[in-house]
Amino acid sequence: MKHIYALLTGLVFGTGIAVSGMMDPAKVLNFFDVAGSWDPSLAFVMGGALVVTFIGYRLVWRRNAPLFATEFQAPNASVIDRNLIGGAALFGIGWGTAGFCPGAAIPALGTGRWEVVLFLVAVGVGSGLRRGLGALAKRQVIL
Amino acid sequence: MVTEFTPFASFGGGLAIGLGAVLLMLGLGRILGATGILSGLLFVEDREEFGWRAALVTGMVLAPGLVFLVTGTLPEVNVPVSPAMIAIGGVIVGFGASLGSGCTSGHGVCGLSRLSARSLVAVPVFMTTAALTVFIIRHVIGA
Repeated sequence: MKHIYALLTGLVFGTGIAVSGMMDPAKVLNFFDVAGSWDPSLAFVMGGALVVTFIGYRLVWRRNAPLFATEFQAPNASVIDRNLIGGAALFGIGWGTAGFCPGAAIPALGTGRWEVVLFLVAVGVGSGLRRGLGALAKRQVIL
Repeated sequence: MVTEFTPFASFGGGLAIGLGAVLLMLGLGRILGATGILSGLLFVEDREEFGWRAALVTGMVLAPGLVFLVTGTLPEVNVPVSPAMIAIGGVIVGFGASLGSGCTSGHGVCGLSRLSARSLVAVPVFMTTAALTVFIIRHVIGA
């Protein structure tokens, strides 16, 4: 039941990504190209999503627990550090270079485009690289 | 390339994206962060977590097919950049999202609506670097 629920949730999210234009790199890059072929559509995506989550989350949190888990888990870290700012800065550079972000590329896999596969493999490599470096740094601290 | 301004489709898609995030919180008590879900599948650390993540991603990938069944056309994926830029951008996206603990969905949609201090910093940072990157690539280098 939990897995069917998760699948349907993914379907809702993915359909939203597909309809919104988020999985179209031409549109995403134009959103950022204020000085050129600017297309402000993606501001409406963000607006629509935030209206629903802002209200929806607060309604959901009135419950004691989720439907298929024992508790609500949200990151409670509040430290603004170099990793957060550097990571976000890099993320933006990559997003502005490729035109895809992971949340858009996963549903875009369903279109069967090879560019999407290439992007997600590259994301996996970058993420693995960061994990490897992080583990290495930790080991040096211990030694 | 110029893209069509689509405020209604984008807002509607945004509503569905938000609904997906709310449904995940309601059912499993989790934030819908695409990078975290993706790396949870690639670098399996917890088998219990693997199942729902795989189901969620499956639902996402089925979304373009659903759009095709309903409308008769697949969502548009126009890639105006070279394969090298997709690959390089992808690696930077993966590294940055892992370092900064989030991407457009995790920080942008879920984090902002939770008023997370970290997301309130991360989102303006990655929006700015994405816009700067597009500006430099398109108007300074002229690619």
